[in-house]
Amino acid sequence: MSFNIYKVNEELREFMPPEILELEEKATWGNPKRGVMDLPYAKELLEEHSLCAGCPESDAFRYILASLPNPEDTIIVNSTGCTSLVFPQIALHTVHSLFGNQNAVASGIKRVLEYRFPNKVKDVVVLAGDGATVDIGLDCTLQSFFRQEKITTICYDNEVYANTGGQESGLTVKGHVFKMAPKGKQWDKVPMWQLAIDSGCHYVVRMTVSSPRRVEQAVKKAIYVAREVGPTYIHLYTPCILEIGRNSDEGLEEMKLGDKERFSFFEYMTPQAEEVIKRKKEEGLI
Amino acid sequence: MGNNGVYQGVNKSGQKIVSPDYMLFEAPREKVFMTGSEAVKEAVKRASVDASVSYPITPQSEAAHLIGELWVEGYVGVYFRGESEFGVMSEVAGCSMAGARVITTTSGPGTLRAMENFPMWAGSRLPIQLVLMARGVNSPLSIQPDNLEISFLLDTGCMIWHAENAQELFDMILAGFVVAEKTDVHVPIITAIDGFFISHTRESIMIPPEDIALPPYNPYVSPTPIIDAEIAPGRYIKDPFVMKSNYISYATHASWQWEVRAAIERSRPYAKHYLRGLIEEFGDSEAELVFIASGTAASQAKEATRMLLDEGIKAKVVKVKSIRPFPHQELLEATKTAKYIIVPEFNVVGWLEREVRASFYGKSNATIIGTPRVAGGMTMPPEIIYRDALKILGKEVSYVL
Repeated sequence: MSFNIYKVNEELREFMPPEILELEEKATWGNPKRGVMDLPYAKELLEEHSLCAGCPESDAFRYILASLPNPEDTIIVNSTGCTSLVFPQIALHTVHSLFGNQNAVASGIKRVLEYRFPNKVKDVVVLAGDGATVDIGLDCTLQSFFRQEKITTICYDNEVYANTGGQESGLTVKGHVFKMAPKGKQWDKVPMWQLAIDSGCHYVVRMTVSSPRRVEQAVKKAIYVAREVGPTYIHLYTPCILEIGRNSDEGLEEMKLGDKERFSFFEYMTPQAEEVIKRKKEEGLI
Repeated sequence: MGNNGVYQGVNKSGQKIVSPDYMLFEAPREKVFMTGSEAVKEAVKRASVDASVSYPITPQSEAAHLIGELWVEGYVGVYFRGESEFGVMSEVAGCSMAGARVITTTSGPGTLRAMENFPMWAGSRLPIQLVLMARGVNSPLSIQPDNLEISFLLDTGCMIWHAENAQELFDMILAGFVVAEKTDVHVPIITAIDGFFISHTRESIMIPPEDIALPPYNPYVSPTPIIDAEIAPGRYIKDPFVMKSNYISYATHASWQWEVRAAIERSRPYAKHYLRGLIEEFGDSEAELVFIASGTAASQAKEATRMLLDEGIKAKVVKVKSIRPFPHQELLEATKTAKYIIVPEFNVVGWLEREVRASFYGKSNATIIGTPRVAGGMTMPPEIIYRDALKILGKEVSYVL
C-alpha cells in the first residue's frame, strides 16, 4: 500500500509541522470502510481551506475526501475556479493544469497508471466546478465519457462563475440575473446529469451535499463502478451563498430547499454498475 | 549482458536496452529509403516510448498513424485518438505527469489550438516530445508548407530543435528524449521539421537495428513529483501561492518562470553532445557572405552556396539546429569573418532573422538581411537565394530564373 509514503522520516520528525505528523498518526489509511463518520475523530485529508466561511463547497470537499475508499492510491484532478484554491491544502496527489482540461489530463493519468501498475488499484477522480465541467471543459468532459475512461467526475454546481466575481454560467437557471447576463439568463440550465447518461456514464447521481452519509454513498458507488466498468458522474449542488445573497450559516438551508426542488436526489446506473454496487454492498464496502 | 556490456537488459517491448551514446553514435547503421513520417516511426520504435495520443491534421497524420501501428505491435504502451489538439496536449500532459515517456505530433492550426498547453507543460516540467510538422497558419485555409508556427512557440518554455531532413529528425527524436529527461533540464522538447518537404518526401537515411532501444524513462528523476501516489505528494501547504497577493507568491511565480528558462539553458552541454553541436557549418570557413538558416532553408542555402562558388564567390551556411536554447556564442564565432549575413526563411515574419538580430545586436558588425521570405506553400529554389545574394553584393545576376 502506498500510504507508506505518508510515514515521516525519523531523522526529520522534530522539524515536521503538526499537520504532517497527524497525517501519519491519525488519518485513515488502508481502510476502505472509512467514511464521513470518521470526521470527528480522524485527521482530515483537507488541511483547513481557503473558501468563504460557510461555503457548501467546503462541506463537499470534506465529505468526499473522507469517503474515498482508497485515498493512499487516489489521484485528484482539478480545474480552475474556487475549487482550485483548495487543492494545495489536500494531502493527496493532486493536479491543476488548465481551465477545462481536467478530464483530458485525468484520462492520460489513468491510462498510464494502468499501464505502469497493472496489479495495483489507482483511482482517478476529477473535482471541478460548473464552469470547468460544463462550459469551457464540456468537450473534454463528454469525450472522456465517450471513450469510457475509468474515472469519476464530480461537478460542484454553484450555478455561477463565483471565483471571477459572479458571472452567469451554463448551469445558471434561466432568467437569473448575473454579470454577463444583465437582462437575466436567456436560455435553460444545462441538464448535465442527463448529458452524462447519454454520453455513456455508468453511474450518475444528482444531489445536494446536505446529507454527509448520502454523499459518502454516492462517492463510493461512483469510484467502485469507475474502477471496474467505466466513467461515472456526480453532480453536486453547492450553492454560492455569497452570490445568491445568503448568509454564512444559510448554506445548509439552501441545499435542503434544493433537495425538495431542482436538486431532488436522482440516481442512474447501468446493469453493469448495479452488479458492482450490489457486490460491494455484500462485501460491506458501501 | 553480453556483447562487451553494450546491452543493459530488455525493455517492456523485449528490445535490448543500449546507452544513448551507443544508439546515436556507435550502433551499426543500415541504409533505408523512407519518408520523414516513416523515420518518426523508426525513431519511436527504438525509444522505449510509453504513451502517445494523436489527432488528425495534415501533414502530421501519417506519423501519428504509424505510432498507432507501433502500439499494435507492442512498442508503445498507451495510444488513442484525442478529441482535439487542446485535448491531446492535455492528455499527453496527464500521461507524462503519471510517469510516462510521451510523444505526440501536430501541425499548423493544431499547434495554435493546443497553445495554452505548452507553457503548462514547461511549468509542470514535463519532458514531453512534440514532433512539429510545420504547415501554414492562415485564413483563407492553407495546408501548405510554411513554418510560421515556430515563431509562436519560441517563448513557451519548451526546447525547440529544427531538423533539416529526415535523417536529422530521426536522430533528434532519440536525442530529444535523452536531453529533455535530464533532471537538471526536464522541460518539453519540440522537434520541428518543415511539413511536406520532410514528412512526405523519401530520402536515404541510416538507422540502427530495430532490436535495440533507449533506456526506459525513469520518472523519479523528475525535479517535480510524479503524480502516481508512489511518492509523497509535492505540496500540502496551508497558505498556497495560487492567487495570493503577497511578495512570497510573486517571488515564487517569478522565480519559477526564470527557472524554466534556466533549465533550457542547462540543456546546452547535453544538446551539444547528442546533436554533435547546436550549429553545423558548410562551405568556406573564411567567407564574408554567410547564410544563417534552419530546417529545409539550410538545404537550399547550401545549394545556393555551390552556385555562388561557380561565380567565384565564397560563401558559407551556418545551420541552426537548436532554436531554444539559441546558439548565441556558436553563431558569433561562426560568423566572425562575415560582412553580410543572409537569413532565408520559409515564413513571412522572419522569426529566425529576428532571433539573429537580437542575438547579434552590439556584438557583430555584419549587415543582416532577411531574404528570401517564402511562404504559403511556395518552394525556395536556390536560384532565388543566389539572386538575392548577388544583388546584395552589387553583382550582375547571370543565372536565368
